[in-house]
Amino acid sequence: MIVATFAFYLFAAAAVAAGVMVIASRNPVHSVLFLIAAFFNAAGLFVLLGAEFLAMILVIVYVGAVAVLFLFVVMMLDINFVALREGFMKYLPVGAAIGLALLAELVLVVGAWRFAPRAKAVLDAPVPPLDKLGNAQALGRILYTDNLYLFQAAGLVLLVAMIGAIVLTLREREGVRRQRAGAQVGRRREDVIEIRKLPVGRRAGGGGAE
Amino acid sequence: MTVGLGHYLTVAAILFTTGIFGIFLNRKNVIIILMSVELMLLAVNINLVAFSAFLGDLTGQVFAMFVLTVAAAEAAIGLAILVVYFRNRGTIEVEDIHLMKG
Repeated sequence: MIVATFAFYLFAAAAVAAGVMVIASRNPVHSVLFLIAAFFNAAGLFVLLGAEFLAMILVIVYVGAVAVLFLFVVMMLDINFVALREGFMKYLPVGAAIGLALLAELVLVVGAWRFAPRAKAVLDAPVPPLDKLGNAQALGRILYTDNLYLFQAAGLVLLVAMIGAIVLTLREREGVRRQRAGAQVGRRREDVIEIRKLPVGRRAGGGGAE
Repeated sequence: MTVGLGHYLTVAAILFTTGIFGIFLNRKNVIIILMSVELMLLAVNINLVAFSAFLGDLTGQVFAMFVLTVAAAEAAIGLAILVVYFRNRGTIEVEDIHLMKG
């Protein structure tokens, strides 16, 4: 138990510190790397909560895909990041005010709420005991049955996002020479090779001795 | 001292506030703003999973998974728009993005 408590504070402190560094670091590449650190620590928190499957998904999807995407874009665009940081101090007061107000509201909510007495009685999908069914199995049982339409809709969202990203970034350039496999395969021998009969002892095309 | 639901909610609240703070602080840099949005979605996911664990209801985790899906799609589309915009204008300053007179 003491190990779990220690792990929670470790992961929580690291996640919060990484989150702060994401918005505070000068170099966007460092920001992305701190974002990755934040996601890793959040995955650790998920494991502590008993949501192993989501933790692994978080690592795979976010660290493996989204963060790498960010990294690619940050590194490929030739941007003057120093100029982008102008006004950092100008926005600090209003940002701090709004952030602190929101944090105060959230603290009030966290301090005051409680479970409804009937909440335990109306569970939609109770967690099965761990010795019967693991987290991933239990999630799969309800994901592919009760939430099938939602699951398909999520797939559709990803499909639309994929097509959208491709359509947005694909561009036809002028003057690019590409391999045309159809033309190459469609070439026939008669079109490109001509056989001429030449009399022996005379030059080709010359027509007699000089 | 055991770790309760309140602890997780506090972490999520701090992360969410950090995300909002980041949006205000880096008003000019779209990439950092997108990262802040990702941070806020992560905080929401922590909330969902924490409630799911302490209530003993798996639906929260299913919901967190869908949030993850939408967040991934949003990041992909957002970065694609960013790349196209940079290609056309040569800058990604938020203040320059006023072609639609919003």
